[in-house]
Amino acid sequence: MSTLEDFRRETRAWLEANCPPSMRTAMPDGELVWGGRTVEFKHEDQRLWFERMRDKGWFCPDWPAEYGGGGLTQEQNAVLEAEMRRLHCRPPQINLGIWMLGPVVLEFGTEEQKRALLPPMARGEVRWCQGFSEPNAGSDLASLKTSAVEAGDHFVVNGTKIWTSYGDKSDWMYMLVRTDPVAPKQQGISLLVVDMSSPGIQAQPIDLISGKSSFCQVFFDNVQVPRHQLIGPLNGGWTLAKALLQHERRAMSKFGEFALPTHFDLLSIAGKYLPAPSASSPADIALRQRVFAMAMDEMAYSLTAQRMGEEARARRNVSGLMSIMKLVHSEQEKDKFEVLADVLGHRALGWEGEAFEAQELALTKAWLGSFAQTIAGGSSEVQLNVIAKRVLVLPEGGASKQGK
Amino acid sequence: MSLVYSEEQQLLADTAAEFLMAKSPVAAQRKLRDAGVAEGFDAALWREMVDMGWSAIPFPEAVGGLAFGCKGLGAVFEQIGRNLSASPLLSSVVLGGGVIELAGSAAQQAEWMAALIAGEKRIALALDEQPRHDPAAVALTATRDGEDYVLNGAKAFVADGIGADAFVVAARTGGLAGERAGISLFLVPAGAPGLQVSAMKTLDARNHANLVLQDVRLAAATLLGVEGEGFQALDAALDRGRVCLAAELLGATQSLFDATVEYLKTRVQFDVPIGSFQALQHRAAWCFAQLQLARSTVMAGLAALDDPALDAAARARMASLAKWKAGEVAHRISREAVQMHGGMGVTDELDVGLYLKRIRVAQASLGDGDFHVQRFGELSPQ
Ligand SMILES: Cc1cc2nc3c(=O)[nH]c(=O)nc-3n(C[C@H](O)[C@H](O)[C@H](O)COP(=O)(O)OP(=O)(O)OC[C@H]3O[C@@H](n4cnc5c(N)ncnc54)[C@H](O)[C@@H]3O)c2cc1C
Repeated sequence: MSTLEDFRRETRAWLEANCPPSMRTAMPDGELVWGGRTVEFKHEDQRLWFERMRDKGWFCPDWPAEYGGGGLTQEQNAVLEAEMRRLHCRPPQINLGIWMLGPVVLEFGTEEQKRALLPPMARGEVRWCQGFSEPNAGSDLASLKTSAVEAGDHFVVNGTKIWTSYGDKSDWMYMLVRTDPVAPKQQGISLLVVDMSSPGIQAQPIDLISGKSSFCQVFFDNVQVPRHQLIGPLNGGWTLAKALLQHERRAMSKFGEFALPTHFDLLSIAGKYLPAPSASSPADIALRQRVFAMAMDEMAYSLTAQRMGEEARARRNVSGLMSIMKLVHSEQEKDKFEVLADVLGHRALGWEGEAFEAQELALTKAWLGSFAQTIAGGSSEVQLNVIAKRVLVLPEGGASKQGK
Repeated sequence: MSLVYSEEQQLLADTAAEFLMAKSPVAAQRKLRDAGVAEGFDAALWREMVDMGWSAIPFPEAVGGLAFGCKGLGAVFEQIGRNLSASPLLSSVVLGGGVIELAGSAAQQAEWMAALIAGEKRIALALDEQPRHDPAAVALTATRDGEDYVLNGAKAFVADGIGADAFVVAARTGGLAGERAGISLFLVPAGAPGLQVSAMKTLDARNHANLVLQDVRLAAATLLGVEGEGFQALDAALDRGRVCLAAELLGATQSLFDATVEYLKTRVQFDVPIGSFQALQHRAAWCFAQLQLARSTVMAGLAALDDPALDAAARARMASLAKWKAGEVAHRISREAVQMHGGMGVTDELDVGLYLKRIRVAQASLGDGDFHVQRFGELSPQ
C-alpha cells in the first residue's frame, strides 16, 4: 500500500516525464482537443499527451478502472489535479460526456449501460452534445416538449432542440424528452442517449451576432431510439437532469481553474492603444483608471477561484462560493470587453478585411461573444435566483420561479 | 500564499469574536458616542486587548513582539469591524509601531516599542494635509537649524490624535509636494512647544485630530531613519494599516449584510416577507457575490504582508487591491443596507447608520478607491 505522498511523488515524476513541454504552456484559442470518433490534433505533442493520459485512464481519473477510469480515490484525484496545475499541464482533451453524462450514468445507469457507454467515453472516442434547451424551454427547462413515444423496443422522438453546442460535430447526444404529456411538467421527463447518425436527425448551425458559431438547432423527425438507451427510470429524468446540471457547474468552475489565458490582457492592450501618461488627456486618464479597476476585479475573481480551491481542500463548505463563480466570471468578461472596446476606439469596430489587425477583429468577436456567456448555462438572473434562495435562504415569492 | 486562515489564526479570530461580543458590542460604541468620550475608545477595554497580546501580534520577537504575522492580526481586525469596536490598535500599533519598527534606530525602538506594545504609550501618525489621502503630497516643512530641525505646517485627520503621547510627523526636508524623495519622519512629543492639537469630530465618533505646528523645534535624534528617505518605510507601514483596515471593513460589511438579510426575511409588506421580492433578492445576491470577492482580496493582502518572497511593489499592489475592493464593496453594501431597511434604515435607533458612518470614514482613511486604483496601476508592469 503506497501512501498519498508516494502517489504524489510518482505522479509528479510521471507527469514530468510524459507531459510534453509544449503541453505545459498557455493554450491558444483553437488548440483545445475534442475527444470523438475523429480526433483532430494540431501537432504531434497534442497526440502524445492525449494518448498517454488516455492509456493511464486519466481522462476520468476517479472512475472505477472496470469502466475505463483511473481508479483513483478522491484524495489521489485531488493530488493529480494539484500536480497538473503545478506543472501547468493543459487538459489533454475536452469532453462534455465525461464531465456531465458520465457521473450520471455511474450513479443511475444499469450495468449494461455502464459497460456500453463509459469505456469508449473514457478513451475519448465519443463526442457528446447536450440536448436540453428548446425554443420554448430555456430558463424554464421543465416545460420542454420534444416527445418520445414508446413503440415496442424503441421510442419515437419528434421535436427540436436549440443552442446545442457542437450539435453538428458530435457523435452522440444526451437529451431530455417528454414521455408523459399529461403529468405535471417535471414528472413527465426522461433522459435518453441518442446516436447523432440515426435517420431523421438534422443539425443546423445558428449564426450568432459574433458570426458563425458552433451552436445548432437540432431537428428530430420520427427518430427511433432503442429502449435500452433510456437512462434511469421512465419519467424520472428530471432528477437526473438536475444532477447533470450540477456536474456541469462543477466542471465549469474546475475548468476555470485551468485559467485558459485570454489573449486580451487588459494592461498590455491599454499600454498599446492609450497615449503615454505624460501625453494623456483627462479623458485618457479616466479611461486608464477604468482599465486598472477592471484588472483589479479580474484579480479579485482569480483570487476567489484560488480561495475556493483552498477551502475545499480544507474541507470547508464551498457551495456558497461555487454559486457565484459563473455569475461573476461571465459578468466580468462582459464588462472587460466593453472597457477594451472603449480603449480600442474605432479599431474595435471592424468586421473583416485587411484594415484591421487580426487581434482587433478577434477582440470585436470576443466582445460580441461575451454576451452569450451570461445567458448560456443558466442566465445571470437565474444564478441570482439560486444564490438568493439556496445560499441566502430568502423566502420563495409568488412571482419568482427559480429557473434552470 | 494561502488565502484561508490557519487553525491557529482561526482560533485567534474565534477568541476575538467571543471577547468583543461580550465586552464591546455595537451598543457599547453607541454609549461611547453618546457620552462624548474624547478619546473615542474605552481605555479599560484597550488594556484588556493589550493583555490578550493583540498589540504584540505583528512585531518580531527582537522588539518584544509575538511574530504571529499580519494574517493573524487581520483575523482580529475582522472581528473588530463586526462589532465596530474602537481602539488604538490600528493607529498606535500597526501604523505608529510599524513606522518605528521599519525606520527607527535601535535606541528609538528601545524607547518606544515595549511601551507601545504594553499599551503604556500611544503614538499617532500625522500624515494627511489635503482633504484626500496622498502620502507624497506632504508639504509641512522641516528646516535644519544648527543641530535641530524646525517644523512648520499643519496636519489633518490624525487618527487617535487626541491623547496621543507622541506623533510620527511626515515632513518635507527636500523636493516638492507630490515627490516621494525629500520626505522625512519625525517623532514629535505631544507636549512639544509650538504644537497645537485640536479635536476633529468625525461622524463615526472616533478620535481624530487636527495638528498645527508652529516653529516646533526638534533635536536631530527625533528623526526616524535617514533624512529625505522616509517615504519607503512610511508606505510599507501604511500598507499594513491599509490591509488591516480592509479587514475591518470586511468584518463591518459582513455584519451589516447579515443583518440586512435577516431583515429581508422578517419584515412583512403586502402580506409577504420583503425578501421574497425578486428585485431585492437579486440585489442581495449580488452583494453576497461581491462580499466573497472582497474577502479573497483581503486574505491575499494579509498573506502578502507576511510573505517575505514578494518584492515591495507586489506587496503594495496587493495592499491596494484589498483596500480598494473592501472599500468599494463596503460602500455598496452599506448603501443597499440603508435602502432595504426602508424608513427604519435612516433612523438612529438601528445600528445600520453606525455601520454606514464607520464604513464611510474607514473607506476614506489611508486612501480611497480612486487613490488605490491609480496606485495599483502605477505599480503594475505595463
Ligand atoms: C452560447 C450558448 C450555448 C448554449 N449551449 C447549450 C447546450 O449545449 N445545450 C443546451 O441544452 N442548451 C444550451 N444553451 C441554452 C441555454 O441553457 C439557454 O439559453 C438558457 O438556459 C436561457 O434560456 P433562453 O435562451 O430560452 O432564455 P429565456 O429563458 O427566455 O430568458 C430570457 C430572459 O429572461 C430572464 N429570466 C427567465 N426566467 C427568469 C426568472 N425566473 N427570473 C428572472 N429572470 C428570468 C433570463 O435571465 C433572460 O434574461 C446555450 C445557450 C447559449 C447562448
